[in-house]
Order: sequence, then C-alpha cells, then structure tokens
Amino acid sequence: MTEIRFGGFGGQGIIRSGIIVGRAASIYDNKFATMNQSFGPEARGGACSSQLVISKDRVLYPYVTRSDILVALSQEVYEKFEPELKDNGLLLYDSDLVELKKTKRVKPYSIRATKFAEELGNRIIANVVMLGFLTAITKVVSVEAMKKTIPASVPERFIELNIKAFEKGYEHGIKQVKKTRKKLTTDNSATTYKK
Amino acid sequence: MIEKDQLTANHTKNGLANEILYEQKAFTKKREGGLSLKANPKDVRTGVFYIDGDVAAAEGALAAGCKFLGGYPITPSTEAAEAFARRAPQVGAMFIQMEDELGSIATVMGASLSGQKAMTITSGPGFSLMMETIGFGAMLEIPFVIINIQRSGPSTGLPTRTGQADMMQARWGSHGEYEVITLSPDSPQESFDFTIKAFNLAEKYRVPVMLMSDECVGHMTEKVEIPEADKIDLEPRRLYKGPKDKYIPFKPDKDLVPPMVKAGEGYKLYLSPLSHDQRGHPLLSQKSTTRRIVDKIRLNADDIIETKEDGLDDAEVVVVSYGITSRVAYRAIEQARKSGIKVGIFRLITVWPFPDKRITELAKRVKGFVVPEINYGQVVFEVERCVHGNANVVLVPHGGGWVHNPDDILGAIKKIIKAKKKYEGVFEYKTELEKLIFGSGA
Repeated sequence: MTEIRFGGFGGQGIIRSGIIVGRAASIYDNKFATMNQSFGPEARGGACSSQLVISKDRVLYPYVTRSDILVALSQEVYEKFEPELKDNGLLLYDSDLVELKKTKRVKPYSIRATKFAEELGNRIIANVVMLGFLTAITKVVSVEAMKKTIPASVPERFIELNIKAFEKGYEHGIKQVKKTRKKLTTDNSATTYKK
Repeated sequence: MIEKDQLTANHTKNGLANEILYEQKAFTKKREGGLSLKANPKDVRTGVFYIDGDVAAAEGALAAGCKFLGGYPITPSTEAAEAFARRAPQVGAMFIQMEDELGSIATVMGASLSGQKAMTITSGPGFSLMMETIGFGAMLEIPFVIINIQRSGPSTGLPTRTGQADMMQARWGSHGEYEVITLSPDSPQESFDFTIKAFNLAEKYRVPVMLMSDECVGHMTEKVEIPEADKIDLEPRRLYKGPKDKYIPFKPDKDLVPPMVKAGEGYKLYLSPLSHDQRGHPLLSQKSTTRRIVDKIRLNADDIIETKEDGLDDAEVVVVSYGITSRVAYRAIEQARKSGIKVGIFRLITVWPFPDKRITELAKRVKGFVVPEINYGQVVFEVERCVHGNANVVLVPHGGGWVHNPDDILGAIKKIIKAKKKYEGVFEYKTELEKLIFGSGA
C-alpha cells in the first residue's frame, strides 16, 4: 500500500493531480486507488491538498495516515505535511516554491516544475510536469497508464501540451534517479521503497 | 371501551385493517413478473470511470430513469447536483434549483405524482428543512428518493466533514408515524448501485427511500463501473390498469401497496395529507390508511432488508456497522483475526427497516456486539434492543469530522473478549480521541 499526499495552493491542480494518478492506477494499472480531498473553507489561493491511497487490495481506510510520498507545491504544505511523511519517505517539491529545511529523515527530490511549465507556454501545467517527475521517481504508476490517462483528463486543446509537460517532468525525474543512484551507491530506497 | 373493542374487531375479524393485514400471508414474495423493465440505454453512461460518490449517485439516479431533480445544492452534496444538471439535457431530464429546501422537496412530490421518477439531493441542514414534506410524501405514498450526503454536527456543524448522525432523523424525522427505507453505501460504486436500488424500492413500496451516504463516501474518488443498460433491472411504476371510473387511489394490492395513476390523466385523484380513507377523503378514525403505511414496510421487511455477513459462523464478537464505518471496521477486523480473535461483521445495507430477527438470533451465541458509528450512539440502541440482554453491546462513538481510527474498533473488540460480566445497557468505549480531548479519568 502506498499513501500519497499532494499539496499546494488552490488553483495549482492539486486535486486534479490526485485524480489523474488515481485514475491511471485504478483503471489502467488495475490496482485499487482511493482519492480523497481535504476540504476546508479555502477557495483559490488557499492551502489545498488531496490524498491518494494506492494498493493491490481494496483500500479500507480511505485517508492517508503516514504518507510514503509528499508532493509539495507550496511552502505551507511542505511545513504542514512534512512531519506526516514516513522515515525515508519521498518528498517531491518545486524548488522555486519550497525552501527546504535540512533534514536526513526524508528523501527530497526537487524539480522546477513551474518554471518548466512556463517555458512550455503555460504555468497551469506545472502539476503535470510534477506528475511526470513523480512517475519517474516513485514508479507508483506506470508511464503507459499515465500517458493513457492524461488525454482523458484534460481539455482536448491542451492534450498535446500536457503530454509534453508530462514528458519533461519524466525525463528530469529519470536523470535525478540516475544521479542519486551514483551518489548513494549503498542506499537505493528511492526505487525499492515499495512494499 | 367501545373504541377499543372496535379496534380489536378491526384487527381480528371483519374490519378493514383485518382485510389488509391478514391477506398478507397469501401474498407471494415477488409480484407477478417481478422486475421486467431494463434501464434505457440513453440514460446509462456505460463505462469505467474514476468519479466520486456524489457523481456516482447522480449517474445512478439517471440510470434508474430519474427525470427530475429539485434541489438546493449544499455542501457536501453539491457535486451530485452539478453532475445531474450537466447530464440532464442529454437524457431529457430536468434540474431545477429551487429557492430553498422546502420548495425543492415539494417539487419532487409534484414531479413524482405526474408519473416521473424524481429525487432531491441534500445534506443535514437541508434534510431537516425537508422533514415536514417527507411526512407528506409518506402519508400520500409518493415514491421518491432523497440522497443525503451526511455531514457532521447539529445545525451548520462541519459542512465539509463527514458524519452519520442523521440516522434516527431519517427514520422518524417528520411528525406522526410512518416507515421509510434507507440504504447506506460505503463506496462510489455502491453509491451508484444503491441509488438504482433506492428508486426500485421507492416504486415497489410507494415510499420515500433515502440514500444515507456521507461526506467521506461522497467526496471519495474511486473506480466506478457502470454496466450496460440491459444489465440494470428497474422496478416499473405500479400503474392502475382498471377502468377509469373504478379507480380508488388508496386501495392496496395484496402486498399493502396501492397502484398509482399519473395525475392529470383524467382519473379522480384526491390527495389530502389528512388521515384519509381509500378514496383519499379525510377520515378521522383508525380505519384510515395510516396503519397501512407503517405495515406495508414492517410486514414486507424480510423482503426489503439487505445485509452483508462475513465470518459470523464461529464469531465470538460481531461488529455491526453501516456505510463508511463498516468499511473502516474491516481493517480492525483483519487485525483482530490476525491475533486469533473470532470476529465477524454484520453490515447493514438497509439500516431501516432494521434486521431485528438476525441480531436477536446472533445474540444467543456470541459474546458481544461492537457498534462503531459516526455519532454518539443511534443505531447501537436498536442493536441493544434486539440483543435482549443476551450479549454485551459496546458502542464506539465518534463525534464526526473524520472516520474512526481502526485501533479504537479493535480496542472495543478486545474489550468484549476480556469482559467478565454483562454490562448494563450499552457500554461506551473510550476512544483515543475522546481521551485526548476529555481526559481518560471519566
């Protein structure tokens, strides 16, 4: 079982990210994926998070208890949910939006998702860049499943752009994984954390 | 005394109630033909989707042939109204956002009487406002569905958080006495399936049926498989087929349910929520139809009640639960079984009518019942009533806002195993959260 929390500002596509990964995992990878969104009084701009539990068996408890993966697109979310991460959990964050505290408890992976998205033409797809990055690093869903899911989850005129964004994030993720492997020859928890 | 004698006569020999009550035995379980109608392919969005419980419920309603939603959207049920509204024009259905909940439920009555399947979608505060008219619907035996995505707390409470505290209100929230049917889903897939079931039961028994979902299930996104239309069985409206001038609006069939006509098609249809006779005319006596609107559910309860059982054959402890809580309870049950405790689950799909007989039967051979629910004790007292003091009953309460911590349910299971005596009444398990908030002393 893998517990993932996505967090950021309202409007960054946080809920949508949870839906895309959940859909990919449950419909194309034939796993069980339960997504729940944290609702508060927040509107656009407020803190927002979605929680996703992926498992090969039916998910009984529908919320995240201790997350295996935290995807942070804002400082607030990072500070709020970092303690929820398991030891050696994966922290995926946008390095332009989150300033990391020094810690050895979790494994951080950074990407300039928003900047990449802007370079591709629209910052609104930063979340999809992040999803590419997530797929490469965590292997919690398959690339094929994600590539089938994205066109079905975004407006038609943005499909191409979203696929590009996904690939950008994915490539960056693969590079990072290779780099980390070289650096930490003894510790490859990034690829073997799955139970 | 005269009145009492008269009543007894009614129930035993030659009164009206007698006629209705005792022909019951001769009534065959399934009406002739049973479910003969299939869903219309136009209404069913066949496929595999990743949608939340609210949207799934709206799709279920449309698949069941619901053509009218009168509502006043309220968190956390808004997504259902939105989904229905979005799809309505494609299937010739109608969504009206009314001025308030009182208006909403009233439009549902009208739509249903005109011959359409109709429903409303709401949450706690709206549910309260609708209560009076729900009684009106029960009294005039109007088939309709209410989807209640329960939230937490009295009044405004926790609008965006879950709860299961409307269960008693669902049963008898309106004044006077009547019976309803409720269904409790634990996933988006069940939200879809049970909404169809709700419409079928509403049509079959001419009764308000409530889908008692909750925020957690409503906002939970999961895979939902919507089958082909020809795999979906629907209960057709029980239409009157005799000559126009012979129609008596509240003259029941043998299963105590009267056939209907569509209002406005030339039948003499007198509808008054006053206590009435079979013609619908006001009648100030026990001979009115009031007894029958209770009996038509109670006497058909065995056909209506639906439960799921797992591991009850050799169980020492039985977890009785419904909705999202029954799903969370499974985690505790798995843990308990790992440590060698024989524990089974008795899941209520219909909380009302309540499966009295089965609980009484189980109580004779188990040590106790654990009843977790997201309230401070509602259905647990029904369990206690049926147990007749033969086993311990432990409530795992929850004030709402979140689902149970499975560890608390596990703790309650162990409590029953260790218990050396019979508790008087319901024993309330002290959850970790309660200890944290109120201290462990009390």
